[in-house]
Amino acid sequence: MSVLSLANCLETYLAVGAFLFGIGVYGMVQRQTFIGMLISAELILCGASVNFMAFNRFLAPNPAVGQIFTLFIMAIAAAEAAIALSIIIAVYRNYKSIDAEDAADLNG
Amino acid sequence: MTPSILSAEGLSGILFLVFLAVTASGAVIAVGAKRLIRSVTGLALCFLGVAGLYYYLGSPFLALMQLLIYVGAVCVTIVFAIMLAGSEESAASPRKQILRIAGLPAAAVLIWGLSALGSGTPWVKMPQTGDFSLESVGKALLTTFGMNFELISLVLLVAIVGSLVLARSGRSKS
Repeated sequence: MSVLSLANCLETYLAVGAFLFGIGVYGMVQRQTFIGMLISAELILCGASVNFMAFNRFLAPNPAVGQIFTLFIMAIAAAEAAIALSIIIAVYRNYKSIDAEDAADLNG
Repeated sequence: MTPSILSAEGLSGILFLVFLAVTASGAVIAVGAKRLIRSVTGLALCFLGVAGLYYYLGSPFLALMQLLIYVGAVCVTIVFAIMLAGSEESAASPRKQILRIAGLPAAAVLIWGLSALGSGTPWVKMPQTGDFSLESVGKALLTTFGMNFELISLVLLVAIVGSLVLARSGRSKS
């Protein structure tokens, strides 16, 4: 198995999906602003889609299903980004900051 | 069997490595950059690399959709939000500093565990019943997955109305 034929093996894509997911989780933990967290959430969703597409290409009986699933993930991610960004704008109007630690009015 | 670098397989293998590098570096920039606008640029780079991977996974249609929806719509929307809400990050609180340092090994263990699970499992290939064509995707979308299709369009409609309402409230009339 040479480096140049990596494109034809399932494990490569699974590793890419795991990398995107793990780095997204790290960003989610480490970011301070809401927008940074949203960017990390998009990375996590992207890792999930890569996994779906990899299994679809190599193992699934009907290759149309995985593509449709990835399309649905894209639609959900777009809706999620729109809602999250409008919430962020609303938070910014109220608190004059998009820092996650500042929006703590209900903190006891 | 090792394909020669100058053969068609070798060149496509090199291109695949380039896409892998673009994806990984984009993800690292998206998470590690100090300024949010650079982070969004890294996200767009990462999506570009993933679109290339989709091409190698036998679905040029999804590669184009990835570029159109993620790079063209989601990233641009995030840029608008950064423009409206300001991008300055305040100084990190002590709790966040601890998370920043402790999160790195945790994420490394997560990545290692998931990829070890992926490469250690003996996957079983099912017999093929369909094909990769866009035609079969369209047919399945309108027959088997018709209900899901309608629900997704409803979700998108609710998301549009909801984000308009949320972003509008608090604006003064003047």
